[in-house]
Amino acid sequence: MSSLTHPADPVADAPGIRPRPGRTPMLRRGRSLLGVVPFFAFIAVFLAIPTLVVVVGAVTSDDGGFTLDNLMALADSYIVNAFLRSILLSAGTALIGAVLGGLLSYALVTAREGGLLRRTVSAACGVLAQFGGVTLAFAFIATLGLSGFVTEFLRDRLGIDIYSSGVWLFDLPGLALVYTYFQVPLMVIVFLPALDGIRPQWREASDSLGGSTWQYWRMVGGPLLTPAFLGAALLLFANAFSAYATAAALVSQGSPIAPLQIRSALTSEVVLGQQNIGKAMALGMVLVVAVVMGLYTLLQRRAARWLG
Amino acid sequence: MAGVIRRRARRQRVLRWTVLTGLGLFFLLPMLGMLEFTTRGAGGTLSLDTWRLLVDWRRLGDTYPDLWDGIVASFGLVGLTVLLTLVLLVPTVIWVRLRLPALHRVVEFVCLLPLTIPAIVLVVGLAPVYAWVTYFLGGSPLTLTFAYTVLVLPYAYRALDAGLSAIDVRTLSEAARGLGAGWGTVMWRVVLPNIRSAVLSAAFLTVALVLGEFTVASLLSRVNLQVAINLLGKSSATMSVAVSLAALLLAFALLFLLSLVGRGRHRTPTKELS
Repeated sequence: MSSLTHPADPVADAPGIRPRPGRTPMLRRGRSLLGVVPFFAFIAVFLAIPTLVVVVGAVTSDDGGFTLDNLMALADSYIVNAFLRSILLSAGTALIGAVLGGLLSYALVTAREGGLLRRTVSAACGVLAQFGGVTLAFAFIATLGLSGFVTEFLRDRLGIDIYSSGVWLFDLPGLALVYTYFQVPLMVIVFLPALDGIRPQWREASDSLGGSTWQYWRMVGGPLLTPAFLGAALLLFANAFSAYATAAALVSQGSPIAPLQIRSALTSEVVLGQQNIGKAMALGMVLVVAVVMGLYTLLQRRAARWLG
Repeated sequence: MAGVIRRRARRQRVLRWTVLTGLGLFFLLPMLGMLEFTTRGAGGTLSLDTWRLLVDWRRLGDTYPDLWDGIVASFGLVGLTVLLTLVLLVPTVIWVRLRLPALHRVVEFVCLLPLTIPAIVLVVGLAPVYAWVTYFLGGSPLTLTFAYTVLVLPYAYRALDAGLSAIDVRTLSEAARGLGAGWGTVMWRVVLPNIRSAVLSAAFLTVALVLGEFTVASLLSRVNLQVAINLLGKSSATMSVAVSLAALLLAFALLFLLSLVGRGRHRTPTKELS
């Protein structure tokens, strides 16, 4: 595509010569724009249209007219509850993940950069954070399932039945546990660069002014890292909120969280007049994630001022 | 001063190993659980039958045809998606930097947009688009590559953008243009070799994401590795856990390789310039 503008393009900027004013800059611009056409065409079909389908579908009735019924239906108690459970699950695991992941990042940042430890843990975090889904669900079933490794060990050797009050692995508590398993690595990936941005000179400056460790963290390190930490926690929230595969593989009964509600709206027999309810729920999810990611961007900008 | 620093280093070492041991246990336990589960024989004995079957390609294909189809589809998707992502994204980001800096923000926004659209939501919107894809290209699982390209866009874009920010694209291209190079030469022979590690890292991230993808494939009713594992979990739990573990280890090996590639590049710039 690049050859479109060369060598037939006599006004392309030659080295050291700025394009002369008045020599059809519009034409040059137009030709340059040709270079990004394939990208934007792809985006239009596979990102813009799907987004429009969701947005338009959310306000379209079964017979194709405009309606707010789908959006109104979001107030139904089963949908509200699914969203609330989703938000609670995401917030809880984001908080735990942020704290544990923050600790792990700090432990890593004190290790030698480029060392084997850091490289191994970074690679492992990359896999666990991205890979997720079905694999992790099976990992936990093999470990904590009814005939899992840890379950049997605790029951046979120590006489502890972790499922004495019901099999919680296939419900919300199980989801929280597995989500934590991919939230911590994601925190490391997101937060490690921020910690790397902390310069040793700041610590030295604090030391030479007689500051204690506590004073350094409270007055220098803490305030510097807070935006980055909160931003990372928000990203973790969005990550858990969007997650689907783990829940799909793990939860056996019902649809306790929003993504599973969307699945059942997509796959089950449509109730008359509720054809587009899945799209309305999808729109609701996008709105939640968009708000969270907007806040994340703001915090990220603030963090980049010092740690960028 | 030296004493303070040495004491601090010791304290950090203690904290480092405490945290690493504690979290390491939490993270290794499920892996161990998987290993134990897949090597569990009748009556508490150790059995390697599952793993023997897993490495015996031909027998695996005969015993679990669905799993085999899933594996083949996923590896095909990995290749196609890496290709499509790079072909679509690399020229575009370079071109935007060189000729259309005004569009930089727009492209960045568009590329990061999939982060705010959960895969489950994207599927809802993609369903009608894929009705057309099926009409034109058939219902092969390989058609998922379009959706996957959208999903990897943010990660690939970030890797490429970071790579391009680290070099002086403008000076490089002006120098090349001054020596009479066309835009094609500038991209292919000047800029691209300089962002090789960024391109590689984008490719590796794509591989990891595609191998682990479940949501889109499952809801568009196409069988890939993860969908096959999930199906298999209902009939042969041991095999599905073994494949999960193998896939995890494969992805880990790939990302570890990536970290080595990234390191190798930093050591050699002086050699390459001279």
